[in-house]
Amino acid sequence: MSRSSVDQAGAAAADRQVDLFGLLAKFAPLIFLLVLMAVFAILQPRFLSSLNLFNVMRQVSIFGLLAIGMTFVILTRGIDLSIGSLLAFAGLVAAAVAKGGLESRFAVGAGAEAAGYGWPLALVAALGVGVAAGALQGFAITRLKVPPFVVTLGGMSAFRGAALLFAGGGPISGFDEGYRWWGQGYVGIVPVPVIIFGLFALAAHVVLRYTHFGRRIYAVGGNPEAARLSGLNVDRVTLQVYVLMGFMAGLGGFVLSARLNSAEAVAGLTYELTVIASVVIGGTSLFGGIGTIFGTVVGTILIGVLLNGLVLNNVSSYVQQIIIGVIIVLAVAFDTFAKSRRRRV
Amino acid sequence: MPAPLLRMAGIAKSFPGVQALTDVTFEVAAGEVHALLGENGAGKSTLLKILAGAQSPDAGTITLAGQPISLPSPQAAQALGIITIYQEFNLIPTLSIAENVFIGREPARFGLVDWRRMNAEAKGIIAQVGLELDPRRLVSDLSVAEQQMVEIARALSMQSRLIIMDEPTSALSEVEVLRLFELIRALKVRGIAIIFVTHRLEEVMQLCDAVTVLRDGRLVGRAPIGELSVDGLIRMMVGREVERLFAQRPRVEAGALALEVEGLASTGDPMDQHATSLHDIHLTVRRGEILGLAGLVGAGRTELARAIFGADPIAGGRIKVAGEVLTLRSPEDAIAAGIGLVPEDRKQQALFLSLAVRNNLSIAALGRLAGRFGFLDSAAEDRLIKRYGERLSIKMASPEQAIANLSGGNQQKVVLARWLALEPKVLIVDEPTRGIDVAAKAEVHQLLFELAESGIAIIAISSELPEVMTISDRIVTMREGRITGELPAAEASEERLMALMTLRQAA
Repeated sequence: MSRSSVDQAGAAAADRQVDLFGLLAKFAPLIFLLVLMAVFAILQPRFLSSLNLFNVMRQVSIFGLLAIGMTFVILTRGIDLSIGSLLAFAGLVAAAVAKGGLESRFAVGAGAEAAGYGWPLALVAALGVGVAAGALQGFAITRLKVPPFVVTLGGMSAFRGAALLFAGGGPISGFDEGYRWWGQGYVGIVPVPVIIFGLFALAAHVVLRYTHFGRRIYAVGGNPEAARLSGLNVDRVTLQVYVLMGFMAGLGGFVLSARLNSAEAVAGLTYELTVIASVVIGGTSLFGGIGTIFGTVVGTILIGVLLNGLVLNNVSSYVQQIIIGVIIVLAVAFDTFAKSRRRRV
Repeated sequence: MPAPLLRMAGIAKSFPGVQALTDVTFEVAAGEVHALLGENGAGKSTLLKILAGAQSPDAGTITLAGQPISLPSPQAAQALGIITIYQEFNLIPTLSIAENVFIGREPARFGLVDWRRMNAEAKGIIAQVGLELDPRRLVSDLSVAEQQMVEIARALSMQSRLIIMDEPTSALSEVEVLRLFELIRALKVRGIAIIFVTHRLEEVMQLCDAVTVLRDGRLVGRAPIGELSVDGLIRMMVGREVERLFAQRPRVEAGALALEVEGLASTGDPMDQHATSLHDIHLTVRRGEILGLAGLVGAGRTELARAIFGADPIAGGRIKVAGEVLTLRSPEDAIAAGIGLVPEDRKQQALFLSLAVRNNLSIAALGRLAGRFGFLDSAAEDRLIKRYGERLSIKMASPEQAIANLSGGNQQKVVLARWLALEPKVLIVDEPTRGIDVAAKAEVHQLLFELAESGIAIIAISSELPEVMTISDRIVTMREGRITGELPAAEASEERLMALMTLRQAA
C-alpha cells in the first residue's frame, strides 16, 4: 500500500517536471510569434495596420491550407515535397476549366467570361487533380514501398513538368468575379482565404482529436510496427493521408489562382520548404506521432509574419530564403533535443 | 596443468537493476576448445562482451599468457589477438570478400589501396579455411556457411590467439557443421584457443575439451569434458532448487478446442535475416487452458506466435480458431478471428510511447467505439478505460498521462487491457513479464489465471523455465523451429524441459 503511494508520488513529481518543459515546448512558438510581432511593430509602425495584418493573413492562408495537409503527412512519419508543383498544376487546370479551354487563355476581361465552365467546375477540377496526384503518390509509397521522400521528390519534378506541359509555359489569367471571390473577396472585413483556412484548421483539429482517423494517424506515426500488431491497416492510413495532402494542394492552387487572378506553371516554387518549416516550427515531430493543428497554425502565422516583417523592413528575398533555411534546421534540432529529453524520462 | 592462456578472475558486472555477473572466474588453455554454457540470461553474453572489449567489467582482472591486460575497446581486444565471431556476422554484405577480410587495414601503396595485393593475399587467407572462391565476390552472394568461413579466415589473418564463437552452428547444415568442426580442430593444433557457445549439448560432447557453466551470473563449475555426461551438464545448467515462487492456480477443466495449428510452416519475418523457420508445427489449445511454450533463444517461439497472429506470412499449414480455418493476411485478420498478441518487445512492438495511456489502451478497440460520422464514442471509451483500469489495477494519474511515465508493469497491463477490451478467444503472451518487477510479475500471472478461468485460451512464451512451469497447464518445447516435446505441467521439471529444448533426440 505505502509502496504504491510512493510510486505514485514519484510519478507525479516526474510528471510535473516534464510538464514544465513540455509546456514551454508547447507554447514556445506562440511566445516567439508574439515577440516577433512586438519587434516588427517597433521597427515599422505600418506592420500593425489592419490592412497589413489582413494582408499577412491572406498570404498565410494558402501556406496554411498546405500546412494542414502536411501536418497529417508528417504525423505519420512522412513528407511531401511535391506540393508546390502540384499546387501550380492544379491551379492551371482549374484556370483552364474556368476559361473553357486553353484557346481562350489569353482572353482577359469581360468578353472571355462567358466562355468558361464557371468556378464550381474549376474548383472540382483542382481538387480532382490534387486527390488523383495524392493517391498516385500514396500508392507508390504503400504498394511499391518507395520512401515518401523519394516518391514526392519525383512528384515535385513530374507535376512541375506536367504544369509546364499543360500550359505551354504561359499563364492563364483573367477570371470572372465568382472565381476571384475565392481569393480576393471578403466576408465582412475578413478575407475569404482566411475564412477557408480557419474552417479547415478547425475541421482538421476535430478530425485529429475526436475521430478514429485521427487516432490511427497518431498511432501509425508513433509506432508503425505496434500499429500493425494492434490490427491497424497502416498502408490504408498512409494512403489516405497523401490523398488528403493532395486535396489541400488542389484547394491551395485554386485559391492562389483566384487571389492572383492568374495561374502559372511557376506558381508555388519552394512552397514545400516554407510549409514544412511552418509545421515543424509548430511542434510537429518529423519522427512522427507528435503534433497539433494549433501548433501548425501558429507556426504558419509565425513564418508569414517573419517574411512580411522582413519585406516591410526592406530585407531582400535572398536573405529571406537564408533565414527560412536556418529556421528549418533549428526547429528540427529543437525537436531532436525534445525527443532526447523525452527518452530520458 | 599448464598456465592458462586466458584467465578472467573475480569478474563482476551490473546493469541498472540487474547484477549480470558476480565473481566469475573463467580460464581457457592454449589449443583448447572450451564450451561456455548457461541458460538464457545466465551471463554468457555479458562475459563474452567484456572479453571482446565491448563492455568493461565493474571488478576483476584479466590476464593473457600471464600478462595482465585491459580491454577498453574492441580494437584493443583485436590487437591482442582476441577475435569474436558473432552469431550475426560482422561482415559488410555490399563489399567483397577481400575488402571484408582486410577492412580497416587494407594493404596500400603510395597511400592508395593496393587492390592486386589485397585480392591475392585474401585468396591465400580464405584458402586456409578451405574456401576456393574469388576474393572479389560480394559477401552478400555467399551462403551463411561461406560467410562464417570468411569471418574465421579474417580472424586467422589477424594473428588471433583466442577465437570466440557465439552459436556458430545455429545457421549451418549438418555437413557444414562437420566442416566447421574439422576447421576448429585444425585451429587447435596451431595452438589457438576457442571459446564455443552453443545450445546444442551433443556438440559440446563431440567437440569440446572442457566446459564452464554459468547460472544467474555466477560460476557453477568447470570440468574437463571426459568427466561429464549430458545429464550432468543439464543439472549444472539448471541447478537451482526448483522453487515455485507463486501460488499454483487451481487446475480447471479445459474446455472445447479454441486454437488448432496443423502442419504450420513459415520462414519468419521477411525483413529479419535471422528469423527461425518453422517446420511442421502441430498444436492445440483449449478454452481455459494455458499452454506454455519453452525453448532457448532462436527456437522459433516468437516466430510461431507471429505466424499464428498473421504478423508474418505462413508458407504452409492451417490455423483454426473454434473450428474455423482462418485466412491470415495481416494481424487485422487474426484480431477479427479473436486472436490477441502481447508481443515480446514492449517498447518497439506494443507501445506508442509518444501517446497517452488512453490512446494506447483503446487503439485495438477503436472499431467498437464508433460513434456517428467517424467520431469516437468518447463516453464508451471512458467506460472502457475505467473498466479495464480497475480490473487490472493500472496505476495512472489519469488516462491522459503519457504511457512513457508508467512503470514497466503498468505499461504491460495497458497492453494486456488493449486485448481484453476485444474479448479475445485466444491470447498469446510473449515474455509477458520481461523487465517488470517481482510484485507486478505476480499480478500479471494472477491475471493470466483469471483470463484462463474466464474461458480464454492462452499461449504463454517465457524464457524463464520456472515461470513457464508456474503458469502453464501444459508445456510444449521447441528447438530450431520444430516442436520437440510436450509435457503436462505437473510432470515437468527444469531438467526434463532443458533436455527437450537442447537435444536433437527428444528425451
